[in-house]
Amino acid sequence: MNNLHVATPEIFLLVAVCTVLVVDLFQTDKRRVVTYWLSQATLVITLALCFGQLGDEPVTAFNGAYTMDSMSATLKCWILGIALLGFLYSRDYIGERDIQNGEYYVLGLFGVGGMMIMVSANNMLSIYLGLELLALSLYAMVALYRTSSRAAEAAMKYFVLGALASGMLLYGMSMVYGATGSLDLATINNIIASAVEGGSDSDESVYRSLGARFGLTFIIVGVAFKLGAVPFHMWLPDVYEGAPTSVTLYIATAPKIAAFAMVIRLLVDALPTLHSDWQQMLAILAALSLIVGNLVAIAQSNIKRMLAYSTISHVGFLLLGIVAGTAEGYSAAMFYAVTYAFTTLAAFGVLLAISANGYEADELVSLSGLARRKPLLAMVMMLSLISLAGVPPLVGFYAKLSVLKAVIGADFLWLAVVGVIMSVIGAFYYLRAIKLMYFDEPIADTVEVSETVGTDTTKDNEAIVTSAPSLSGPIAVRGDVGLGLAINGAAVILFGIFPGLIMAACIRAFT
Amino acid sequence: MTFQLFVFYVLAAILVFAAGRVITVRNPVYAALFLVLAFFTSAGIWMLLEAEFLSITLVLVYVGAVMVLFLFVVMMLDLNIAPLREGFMQYLPVGILVGLIMVIEMIFLITQRYFKADNYPIPPPSDAGYSNTEALGLLLYSEYLYQFEIAAVILLVAIVAAIALTMRKRPETRYQKPAEQINVKKEDRLRVVSMNSEKD
Repeated sequence: MNNLHVATPEIFLLVAVCTVLVVDLFQTDKRRVVTYWLSQATLVITLALCFGQLGDEPVTAFNGAYTMDSMSATLKCWILGIALLGFLYSRDYIGERDIQNGEYYVLGLFGVGGMMIMVSANNMLSIYLGLELLALSLYAMVALYRTSSRAAEAAMKYFVLGALASGMLLYGMSMVYGATGSLDLATINNIIASAVEGGSDSDESVYRSLGARFGLTFIIVGVAFKLGAVPFHMWLPDVYEGAPTSVTLYIATAPKIAAFAMVIRLLVDALPTLHSDWQQMLAILAALSLIVGNLVAIAQSNIKRMLAYSTISHVGFLLLGIVAGTAEGYSAAMFYAVTYAFTTLAAFGVLLAISANGYEADELVSLSGLARRKPLLAMVMMLSLISLAGVPPLVGFYAKLSVLKAVIGADFLWLAVVGVIMSVIGAFYYLRAIKLMYFDEPIADTVEVSETVGTDTTKDNEAIVTSAPSLSGPIAVRGDVGLGLAINGAAVILFGIFPGLIMAACIRAFT
Repeated sequence: MTFQLFVFYVLAAILVFAAGRVITVRNPVYAALFLVLAFFTSAGIWMLLEAEFLSITLVLVYVGAVMVLFLFVVMMLDLNIAPLREGFMQYLPVGILVGLIMVIEMIFLITQRYFKADNYPIPPPSDAGYSNTEALGLLLYSEYLYQFEIAAVILLVAIVAAIALTMRKRPETRYQKPAEQINVKKEDRLRVVSMNSEKD
């Protein structure tokens, strides 16, 4: 209990969120300018605290429940940075809709807290509690858009399926606990390793390794649900489509990094001796995700659904790195998780920028002629989509390359072949969106596809948007949002040309 | 038979009887009351297991709060239970089958070589001064402090989410605004019309 200070980022974040929560009570401004800036300040300071921990020696705290190692420090910085940009992009979108702004930021911050707890968990119980903190915030954020019935439906689906997945995960954890008698990841590893070594000689070692294998199966199911790997992906497209775009952005980016960390903690830190068991399960999940994600995405006309299936296929790639089961594979998967998160962030950021001015850009056609309406947005979107498709010299290419290299190194040639073929097929739907932006005319204003924006109906009904937002005219983008998007797009190129900047940290995390 | 064993059998018999009545009585209020009895008896069994904190919590939380609330709801809603009971006999064979399979599975598991009850020796009884509550409290506030705090944060999120999702001004609800009512002027309510007096 003498090294509480290593948890300073988490402690600061949670204290600051409670402050923001109280300050928010006294705000009458509907767009919550003060809450917004306080939330951003919280994220910046927490980011600075995490940044200061980079390169420190690994330490555990709270009797081994919390660990600060190279992986957790790096991933926390990325999570915080992405949440920061995410709030920036979301600000106008939620401001002009009937979403409770104050609660949105507070719940978002709580979710960040949950992710940080997951990333630096060193104990089954901390992993689970961090996951629940994140999940609970996400369910509520989806449901916050109360005037939209689609959001309510998505929240319901997300909640029911998410609760089921949490139950599965907890069931698996309880079995592992039953088999080993410990919640601590390192202790679990030691006990199972000696049990597996014992083979079938003694009854004790048999029931220990048997129980752990049972538990492992449920843990994999739970983890696959949370990641959205096929065949546990059903919630993902519906939630992405139904949730307000700002929340979709939130769900699609940072939580993937946290989920990756959870997989590493559970499978690599706690159950590495059962590697041959989980390797096969993950290989099947990865192959199915790659196939289903890429093929079904082609058929989507809704861009949020398309990106949802694209997420599924990228989860397949991410799992490839873990399947490899080598330090090289894990660092490739970590690189993939991080780069995927900030590339998708840019894509959703552009969607949010188009969606401002009361228009809901969720159909593919709403991208038509974007290059003529706002070249910056089209440029960032194009960079993000090409990177997701895996074209050099963007960052997505290097991510795919390193994952494939690791998986071939582990003698899973067939998986690499599936991955390559599927990413070629997948390139089609990314290129289609780019064609819409650059080679098609903006849709004429008479083709009205927007839905009425939910407005504050309590006091003034005349506030309902009377003039339909223009779909062909130029788009106004706030200066800070434009700057954020430009930095985000530049990062996609920069880290593509110099992947070593991120890769070095990823390799350090697994040595 | 020791006295402890005798107490256990009495409590177990009451528990089985109460649990059976919960699903067989027709009146939902009686069912809820039998559930209270079942909770109370299991609290007694936990007390025998030297888990006095859990046993007291069970009585306080479930009997004291949850079941009272539940009874309240049952009485307020004035449920018509007849439709719920329809087809009880129809589903009975399936229910019995499922129950039987579960019993057989449990027997298999308990008599298996690896999961035999003999593998798990009876823990030695603690001495008279041992306090289960203190032991739990010590663990919770020292070894599991981190998890305890996170659980508290999760509860806070639940409260924030519940309030954010339910508290709102409904457009169809009419509100009184006393300030406006007091400040009302004669002109707002009364219109003086000058008109010619009607003849004949």
